[in-house]
Amino acid sequence: MIAYILRRLLYAVPILIGVNLITFTLFFVVNSPDDMARMQLGEKRVSEEAVQFWKQEHGYDKPLLYNSAADGLGRVTDTIFFEKSARLFVFQFGSSDEGRDIGYDISQRMWPSLAIAVPVLLVGLAFNVSYALFIVFFRATYVDLASVVLLVAMLSISSLFYIIGGQFILGKLFHLVPISGYDTGPNAWKFLILAVIVGVVGGIGSGTRWYRTLFLEEVAKDYVRTARAKGLGERRVLFGHVLRNALIPILTGVVVVLPLLFMGSLISESFFGIPGLGSYTIDAISNQDFAIVRSMVFLGAVLYILGLILTDISYTLVDPRVRLQ
Amino acid sequence: MMPVLLWTDALVYLLLVVAILFGIHAARHEHLRTPWRRVIRSRIGVATLVVLAGYASVGLLDTVHFRLQVEHPGADSSYGPEVLSLLDLALSGLRERQEVTYSAPFATHLYVKEAIEQPDGGVVRAYPRLQHGGAHLADPEADRAGDILARALLGSIKGLLVWAGVSALALWLSGRRRGESRRETRRETWNRWRAPGLGIPWITGLSVLGGLLVVSFAAAELAAAYHILGTDKVGEDVFYQTLKSVRTGLLIGTLTTLVMLPAAILLGISAGYFRGWVDDLIQYLYTTLNSIPGVLLIAAAILMLQVYMSNHAESFSSLVERADLRLLFLCLILGVTSWTGLCRLLRGESLKLREADYVQAAQALGVGHFTLIVRHILPNLMHIVIITLVLDFSGLVLAEAVLSYVNIGVDPTMNSWGNMINGARLELARDPIVWWSLAAAFLFMFVLVLAANLFADVVRDAFDPRIRTGR
Repeated sequence: MIAYILRRLLYAVPILIGVNLITFTLFFVVNSPDDMARMQLGEKRVSEEAVQFWKQEHGYDKPLLYNSAADGLGRVTDTIFFEKSARLFVFQFGSSDEGRDIGYDISQRMWPSLAIAVPVLLVGLAFNVSYALFIVFFRATYVDLASVVLLVAMLSISSLFYIIGGQFILGKLFHLVPISGYDTGPNAWKFLILAVIVGVVGGIGSGTRWYRTLFLEEVAKDYVRTARAKGLGERRVLFGHVLRNALIPILTGVVVVLPLLFMGSLISESFFGIPGLGSYTIDAISNQDFAIVRSMVFLGAVLYILGLILTDISYTLVDPRVRLQ
Repeated sequence: MMPVLLWTDALVYLLLVVAILFGIHAARHEHLRTPWRRVIRSRIGVATLVVLAGYASVGLLDTVHFRLQVEHPGADSSYGPEVLSLLDLALSGLRERQEVTYSAPFATHLYVKEAIEQPDGGVVRAYPRLQHGGAHLADPEADRAGDILARALLGSIKGLLVWAGVSALALWLSGRRRGESRRETRRETWNRWRAPGLGIPWITGLSVLGGLLVVSFAAAELAAAYHILGTDKVGEDVFYQTLKSVRTGLLIGTLTTLVMLPAAILLGISAGYFRGWVDDLIQYLYTTLNSIPGVLLIAAAILMLQVYMSNHAESFSSLVERADLRLLFLCLILGVTSWTGLCRLLRGESLKLREADYVQAAQALGVGHFTLIVRHILPNLMHIVIITLVLDFSGLVLAEAVLSYVNIGVDPTMNSWGNMINGARLELARDPIVWWSLAAAFLFMFVLVLAANLFADVVRDAFDPRIRTGR
């Protein structure tokens, strides 16, 4: 087991190097730092000194990969690649283009993100699984048909409309909750609850439909027929057999997204004005802060790979048939 | 008239040619025709196909671009700077009837008060009449409802007439092809509706078509005199905007898959077929790409494109061309983020297929790798490709709206549902709120995505071999 995990972790290293190279190419080779400086300082009429000063201020005034002016190890380390990209491996994110420390910002802003993402995941999971079980209990009746129609319709609505609709109905028509904003401490729930409701409702369509398919697949299997033949009631069959066996794909589906919860939700955080990592990324994109976007790309990749490893491990824990080699 | 061929137009034509060639090829081979026949014999399949065809025809009309000739008195005629499409020409009334600012659907007055000079010299703050919307009415309060009703009725009757003609023709043609008498055709049509799966359910398809025709004719009749979905901040007709957005949505949904197909097929099959280090390399490639969060990769790429475009502004001759290239690039980068799933599926299936008896036999007979892949492996993977193509469509249409909201989607000057939502979002804080841009985008997107989702389910059921054997 430990050997397997170690090997998976080692396998992650070349992938992270690849991610790093891709972002490096995107951010520094396709467009030179000069281009970025001009974009930041405003279009055409920028003096050469201003560009040079901006580059020096942000540490972009070094050679890309190889510094022939430096001595010894400095030839490799005193370059943009080493300073800006390679340091990400030890989670040194450096400072943003505005001069703030990215690592500190991330550690501050991940909590609001989690405060939304975790309830959305848990409530959504509970609701979707129960609704899917309900549908499967009434399978091949009009309840099933009507639910599937409803789910497909909900699936076809853009997430933007869920947010706008939620803000409009709960916030503006009934004045139940503030439309957007954030507060720390005990008052935070007032601002979070709308985002959580919208997140859960928006996920019902795809989530419940997926679980329904999983349950229907299990219901068609032989062991369920055997259970019925033994004379078990429908309730026992559904909860004792179908749900337990369908938990394997459900659980692994949940585990793979667990690490990515830190990243927050881009759209809803910026709509609701919650200072999480999602709105952090959005702000960085609209302010064209390349340092932050670069760090978030790398962080996202790390978390995704972590999720994959966790998934493989969770398989072995819940399904005794799976053995790690 | 001078035709203009944008990059995306060229790709749409290419897509059309490929689709037609594939259609001809499939029609000649029974095993390829069977799943498609199953699709058009299901009621949902036919109904959604009609809706999708409606959208596609709007999108195609909007793809034929050209510049209009401008007559200068005395001088030689030259071409205007504006790039127009057939759709613009058809909707030229809508395009040109601009108001000053917001007006509600079917309104005759502006949505905001303005200072109006009275004939006697005084100034009153009131809602001014619209320049075009309902301008023909002498007394808007009294005549508006009656006029709207009359126009809607007239349009519906026109639509019904066209529908009657089309349906009679379609039924007659289909009856003649089977060599039936008219009475037999009638009976057969009813039978098929009651027991689906036997033939094309004409009644379902034609009633959906009837609904579409009646609604669109009535809308056309009304749009000639009113802004049926209101106007936006700069007074542009929202109905026109949302019709123009159809092309953007369809392009994102189809071109993205089209541009990623070659890479996904080539790499997926090579990984599964050759195994060994080729497999390792390709797996490494797609795991790496997959591990970058899609939105962030798109954001990074679009940011870089913006930097490039602002530094090379001179190489784009017009705004339309610039927006078009950005759309194409967005399709490309969306393709890069979405090809990995298909590639993984194809790899798994090729791994299985290369052990199949007929592949082993071909190998033993000395068939080369290339021929073997093209003749024996690729045709047996096509169902996966088709299912993915159809399944991905709706997700991509929805993704466009989200990306445009974050400003990393299509060009802000381009008509798209995402841009409409983005523009309207800021107006929700107004009181009373401006809801029609959102409603229009919602309605058109919802119908398209719903139809695409339902159609995708039918296609998957028809093509998936696991489900086929079950029945």
